[in-house]
Amino acid sequence: METETVHITPYRAHAWVLITLLALTFLTITVTWIDLSALTVLVAMLIASVKAYIVLTYFMHLKFESSLFRVFVIMVLAIYVLVILFTLSDYLFR
Amino acid sequence: MEHRDDIGAKLGMWVFIFTEILLFGGLFLVYAIMRSAYSTEFHQAAHHLNAFIGSINTVVLLLSSATVAMSITAVQKGNNKLAVILLFITLLCAAVFMVNKYFEWGHKIHIGLYPGSDLMLTLSHGQVMFFSLYFFMTGLHMFHLVVGGIILTIVMLKVQRGTINAGHYVLLENGGLYWHLVDLIWIFLFPLLYLIT
Amino acid sequence: MTEAKTHHPEPSYLVDTGKYKGLMAWLTSTDHKRIGLMYMYAMMIFFSVGGLLGILMRIELFYPGQQIYGPQVYNGLFTIHGIIMIFTVVIPGLAAVFGNFSMPIMIGAKDVAFPRLNLFSFYLYVLGAAIALSSQFMGNGPPDTGWTFYAPYSIQTHTNVVAAVFGAFVLGFSSILTGLNFIVTMHRMRAPGMTFFKMPLFPWSLYATAWIQVLATPIVGITLLMVIAERWLRIGFFDPSLGGDPVLYQHLFWIYSHPAVYIMILPAMGVITEIIPTFAQKRIFGYKAIAISSLAIALVGYFVWAHHMYTSGMSTTARWVFSLLTFLVAVPSAIKVFNWVATMYKGSISMRPPFLFALGFIFLFMIGGMTGLSLGALATNVHVHDTAYVVAHFHYIVFGGVGFAFFAAIYYWYPKMYGRMYNFKMANWSFVFLFTGFNLLYFPQFIIGIMGMPRRYFDYLPQFTLGQQLSFFGAILLAIGFIIMLITLFSKKGAKAPDNPWGGRTFEWRIPSPPPLENFEVMPEMGENEEPYDYK
Repeated sequence: METETVHITPYRAHAWVLITLLALTFLTITVTWIDLSALTVLVAMLIASVKAYIVLTYFMHLKFESSLFRVFVIMVLAIYVLVILFTLSDYLFR
Repeated sequence: MEHRDDIGAKLGMWVFIFTEILLFGGLFLVYAIMRSAYSTEFHQAAHHLNAFIGSINTVVLLLSSATVAMSITAVQKGNNKLAVILLFITLLCAAVFMVNKYFEWGHKIHIGLYPGSDLMLTLSHGQVMFFSLYFFMTGLHMFHLVVGGIILTIVMLKVQRGTINAGHYVLLENGGLYWHLVDLIWIFLFPLLYLIT
Repeated sequence: MTEAKTHHPEPSYLVDTGKYKGLMAWLTSTDHKRIGLMYMYAMMIFFSVGGLLGILMRIELFYPGQQIYGPQVYNGLFTIHGIIMIFTVVIPGLAAVFGNFSMPIMIGAKDVAFPRLNLFSFYLYVLGAAIALSSQFMGNGPPDTGWTFYAPYSIQTHTNVVAAVFGAFVLGFSSILTGLNFIVTMHRMRAPGMTFFKMPLFPWSLYATAWIQVLATPIVGITLLMVIAERWLRIGFFDPSLGGDPVLYQHLFWIYSHPAVYIMILPAMGVITEIIPTFAQKRIFGYKAIAISSLAIALVGYFVWAHHMYTSGMSTTARWVFSLLTFLVAVPSAIKVFNWVATMYKGSISMRPPFLFALGFIFLFMIGGMTGLSLGALATNVHVHDTAYVVAHFHYIVFGGVGFAFFAAIYYWYPKMYGRMYNFKMANWSFVFLFTGFNLLYFPQFIIGIMGMPRRYFDYLPQFTLGQQLSFFGAILLAIGFIIMLITLFSKKGAKAPDNPWGGRTFEWRIPSPPPLENFEVMPEMGENEEPYDYK
């Protein structure tokens, strides 16, 4: 059984992450003022995904956990995306 | 006798987070289907939501997430006092979020806009779906926020008492993970509900 | 084995050593073995109740037309029969009983990773079952939707659907926590030297199962909450009059409930994979293929759900996509069957009761699996959709498969559980009755199903009478077989069981029967060249 190596994230790193997230929030609000029609959702989801990635990696510490955790997260998200796609195989082709 | 396994505890917490992600995942799936069926009505209905309050709540939640993450650093460095302050700020943020939500929901319920109301039945199908999803999703999210708040309160008291300390803080980490999950879900809820006008 | 060998200074887990004595000692125990047994007792009670309800239905169906009760009672009966059998018996089933009892020992652990959470799961299970059963006695009468709670009927009916749905929700929560516990246990608590590919195959199947429990159950959890919200608040997601879509309910429901079939059957396959090498005294054929096929079944099984919905008005694209995926899932299942048969080839087989039941499992599972393929094919499915053919098919899987594996597992681990043997002759008789009764009960349903007998119908045309009556007699034989089994196991104490009555090689056969509280006096290890099934 491997033991954990403690990784202490400095306060400043957390502060930078927070600033980045706030900036992305500002960005996602401002882009709605521009009319991108069909692309709006795509852009909004893209920014949200970047934010989620940052939260997962830094706040939720995935970067410093064993790779097993990352594999699991990717697996779960992949399965969920596939479920959506297969469901849409019904709704988009009715 | 009981052996301690911090990685195991964290693994358990992550697996629980996966179940939470899929719990909301079911709702996001409903959202995707309904949105593809009624995209224009969703746009119209979203105008009734207050994007300003939504934005404030986003900022508040992000801030609370950062303070939780910082509190772990504080405990690791042996500064329990600072950790308690940081956790207290988190709980304060949660309270602000709830107050905002109270006014947001309160206003809608006041004008008679809630699932099953008479006003709802006069709206178009797509708008009904939008508001039902709005109440169901934000309601479930709020429930998780309250649960997370309770967990963090317990954690905060333990930090204060010193049962969570630089040598043993997996409970704080797990409490934090749960809180970040609440934040994570809001990151997607916010643009999907408030920013599609 | 001599008395001196089995006499150990450490008391067995069946002896109360804690603060409490008697019943309280069991109800407060976090020991995985005791929790496993408590699940088993609870399940046997629920199974008996569910079986009785089944016999009540068969009595009504003995002749066409109304016999002893009306159609509404019949609707209530098949609904609660399904809820009890699916949610409280076969879904927790083998994982909760033998996953708890055997798995930690088999991987060389003292207990599961979170023992208190494990006990909590058990209480959630009891609570969920109680809530589900309360639907029978409260509100506007028993729910009549079928265990699938299909919208929009489940939203419109005045019967007590909410209690049943909420009970299923709580049971799902229990299932999730058990799965979580097992995943962490198998990742963190394997004996030193036991890599994942040296782990016995029953734990392997539980590992795959646990992931489905964790990843699929939340979807039905949220869906059931939506049904409750539909009924109480009129949110309208599944209500066409408000713009909702009832087919969406079917999607969400089956996104869980199809993988749930694999939650049931994977541990059953795992048990069979343990029993066959033990009684053939031969190394398992294709260890890695079996281990990986468990994961493959879990993964592919996640994406086949819509084959329950071919006639729902789903798009043609979705129908062929899901039909294709359904055929894919047969591949890993067949791999397992071939490996079992190959393991038996040239083995020195001893026909003990567990092995007999394992053979019964393979036979019934193959019939269930093959008819499953004909149902997975789009064209035949449309013809036999919602007929007795489907009823026969899934009973061959969940009863012929899971049920017989469950019986096999009881006979297999019983000496370890209680430190006693049982009467083999009686056990063989129970098999004869169960197996004959089972086939007599369900095989005619295939035939009358193809002839056009719809499922869930209270009345039927005269030409189905013979089939229905054969089924009735089968049900009686089945019940007799089950009673013989209970008498064999629980009526009187058998001879003292040796530590290793079957000559098994996995860890549980290296410790006393019954095991001491913390399983191992010396924590086991696995050497460089050791394998889980190193017969000869």
